[in-house]
Amino acid sequence: MEPIVIIGTGMAGYGLLRELRKLDREAPVTLITADDGAVYAKPSLSNAFATGKTPDQLQSQTAEQIGVSLNAQVLTHTQVQGIDVTTQQVRTDHGPIAYSRLVLAVGADPIAHGVQGEATELIHRVNDLSDYREFRAALEGKRSVTILGGGLIGCEFANDLATAGFQVTVVHRGAYPLERLLPSEIAQQLGANLEQAGVQWRYGCTALTVEMQNKEIALTLDDGSMLTSDVVLSAIGLRPRIEMAVKAGIAAERGIVVDRLLQTNAPNVFAIGDCAEVSGLVLPFVQPLLQQVRALAATLSGQSTPVVYPAMPVAVKTPALPITVAPAPIDAQGQWSVESQETCLAARFEDAAGHLLGFALGGQASSLRSTLTKRLPALLPAVQ
Amino acid sequence: MNTGKWECVVCGFIYDEAQGLPEDGIAPGTRWQDIPEDWACPDCGVAKADFEMIQIAA
Repeated sequence: MEPIVIIGTGMAGYGLLRELRKLDREAPVTLITADDGAVYAKPSLSNAFATGKTPDQLQSQTAEQIGVSLNAQVLTHTQVQGIDVTTQQVRTDHGPIAYSRLVLAVGADPIAHGVQGEATELIHRVNDLSDYREFRAALEGKRSVTILGGGLIGCEFANDLATAGFQVTVVHRGAYPLERLLPSEIAQQLGANLEQAGVQWRYGCTALTVEMQNKEIALTLDDGSMLTSDVVLSAIGLRPRIEMAVKAGIAAERGIVVDRLLQTNAPNVFAIGDCAEVSGLVLPFVQPLLQQVRALAATLSGQSTPVVYPAMPVAVKTPALPITVAPAPIDAQGQWSVESQETCLAARFEDAAGHLLGFALGGQASSLRSTLTKRLPALLPAVQ
Repeated sequence: MNTGKWECVVCGFIYDEAQGLPEDGIAPGTRWQDIPEDWACPDCGVAKADFEMIQIAA
């Protein structure tokens, strides 16, 4: 029997391997990665200063170690050149690899920031541990950092860097941080608390050009102002990596299209994690990924298991105001009601009949998380 | 009495026994083994079984 081949060794690829090994110690598994395959917890990149970790300390295992401990072959520094879905082979720069089942766990790319100018290559993006290593090296001996984007990752980095003593400025197109996820009261409070922690905001702005000016990086914003700092980080979101699938004739929309069994339109080819679009949902968060790898591990072990999404609140790791948010479905009709007292903010999104469809909790209100989560409808309920 | 810290292998969340998780109804000083089996990581939802222990602070 040819192996199960997993392309990608991020949280999705290794997560699937871990779950698979709970069910089946022996089935041959080969993982392919273009990088060194280091094992690390990606969410901890954006709060590593707070936890006092260097990039080296974030790495928990090498590819070799996890391969040995979980009985898998991990092919590092191996580029996938193409997938042949009819002969069931992955073409790589180290030769072809046949598969019985193929899992695409290739992740997502940072969205291009679109900033023009001579110094664009100095703008950092942190999408994996090696990016983070470069970012930390660039911060060495420096004082000021500009972050492009005040979304979830932008806010987490802003808080972490400000606490570590850097002068942080965030250039954010919206009027408040995380304004697409949060009701304005909580978004405003998050912005204010981050400001108290030392973060400066440039709301309603986008960076247009970047150049070097006396050893500093100078950004020109769309309001005509100029902003200089030592280091610039772009954190404006992710786009699923679909190119490899598309070239192989595998259907993709925003992500690689899969059904509730996480199967693509090609036989024996599956997709999970940030690259996958499950029943129309692209959710680049940890909990959906875990639901996927558990379901797929069971399916690959012979027990066909559709993925189920319960309500899955997302934690925003901003110590200035820790947030837990369960966004309402995009097409949901209803409204927010907010209760707030200094360090305790609770917002509920309810429809006209009073059904809870989403919530956002700030500070001490996070104690309501499990109670409210139980009242939310499942995102993808169990298949009847 | 020494208390330990446990780290979520998936997301890096740390459970510190000394501090507990008052917002989850887990009192300071609660040992890891005394946390209910159906408890999950507040950051990523990983089950208790998937946590790994990290070094106990001296």
